Amino acid sequence: MRDVILSLLAKEPAHGYELRQRLAKALGPAGGALNPGQVYVTLSRLERAGLVQATEVPQPSHPDKKVYELTASGRERVEAWLSDVSWSKVAPLEFHLKLVVAATTRLADPVALVDAQRLELLRELRELQELALREPPDSDGALLLEGASLRLQADIRWLEVCERRLLDKESR
Amino acid sequence: MSRVIEARGLLRRYPAAGSPIRAVDGVDLVVEAGETVSVMGPSGCGKSTLLHLLGGLERPDGGELYLDGRRVDRLSESQWAILRRRAIGFVFQAFHLVDELTSVENVELPALLLGVARPRARRRAMELLERLGVAERAGHLPDRLSGGERQRVAVARALVNQPLVVLADEPTGNLDSRATGDILRLFGELREARQTLLVVTHDARVASIADRLLTMRDGAIVAQTRLGAGTSAAGILAVLADLGEG
Repeated sequence: MRDVILSLLAKEPAHGYELRQRLAKALGPAGGALNPGQVYVTLSRLERAGLVQATEVPQPSHPDKKVYELTASGRERVEAWLSDVSWSKVAPLEFHLKLVVAATTRLADPVALVDAQRLELLRELRELQELALREPPDSDGALLLEGASLRLQADIRWLEVCERRLLDKESR
Repeated sequence: MSRVIEARGLLRRYPAAGSPIRAVDGVDLVVEAGETVSVMGPSGCGKSTLLHLLGGLERPDGGELYLDGRRVDRLSESQWAILRRRAIGFVFQAFHLVDELTSVENVELPALLLGVARPRARRRAMELLERLGVAERAGHLPDRLSGGERQRVAVARALVNQPLVVLADEPTGNLDSRATGDILRLFGELREARQTLLVVTHDARVASIADRLLTMRDGAIVAQTRLGAGTSAAGILAVLADLGEG
């Protein structure tokens, strides 16, 4: 979340509301689902860490607004973040462990676990698709949803591999 | 609600060395009018055979099949031919368009075979091509079309006689990601229009569009689940999971 906020300030300074608009544009419906409070909490943390500095700008007939901009170290951090190649959630480790535990302890039927998990992922996929259909096809939001959808599809395909393996074992 | 399809104990065997394989092994299934149903399962689980049985492309070795309340498992081939034309729209993986006919001629053909007057059949075909976004391809032969366009023409053909049910067998199996997206959008519209639809597929995206998902294994339906329109925002949460805390 910190890097998201920092990176959205890289183009030019912004006040809180502008920042939320940038977030909504960059992330589409996923950005809209973010809690606004989270943005402000993150901004004040970044300020305390010296990555962002805030300036009070007086406004006629409105309370002063705070405009946030990157500090030199904030900008450095954005540059480091852009070239960092770490990638999240590579393997569905936890579900894999569930299968191993189910098969060895017989506390649950592994095939039933696969079925239930697949249904859950299909439900998520359906929601992502419904959201994607409502987004302009060329928007940044649609591109992000496509990425999320492809990951889910890969996970569903892996569940099919799990299923085949389990059924082959059963029939042997 | 009326039952468009009802199968009881549907059975289909294929001869094999040793004992025959039960491709479809006692399937009970009801599809209500206006419902969208998807069938998933590993290769060889019998899902395509089930679709062939429901559409009268193969005959069952046992069980009963009703279409719109009428028993059809004992119909002759010629009776089935009429029934298929009138009541069922097929969409196949390999499109099965007639190569010598243009798009609009492919679409109007089932209507003409049913005895619809030529101008009316043409009008209906053009309306459908319009609706599916391929009207500008009306005069082209299938080999001039992209895969996605061919499948949209095939869907138009499936709809031309306002069928009771559309049966689709791996409709996106030959399509790239973008064309698959078009077909998904289209099936979503059919669902909203309450067109009864049963689709057999490997593609999770296609399967997830249905109201109800059936899982097949070894010729039997082993799970049935209502997918429904989600309100849990799980999809969005899945996207945001990577953002993490402040």
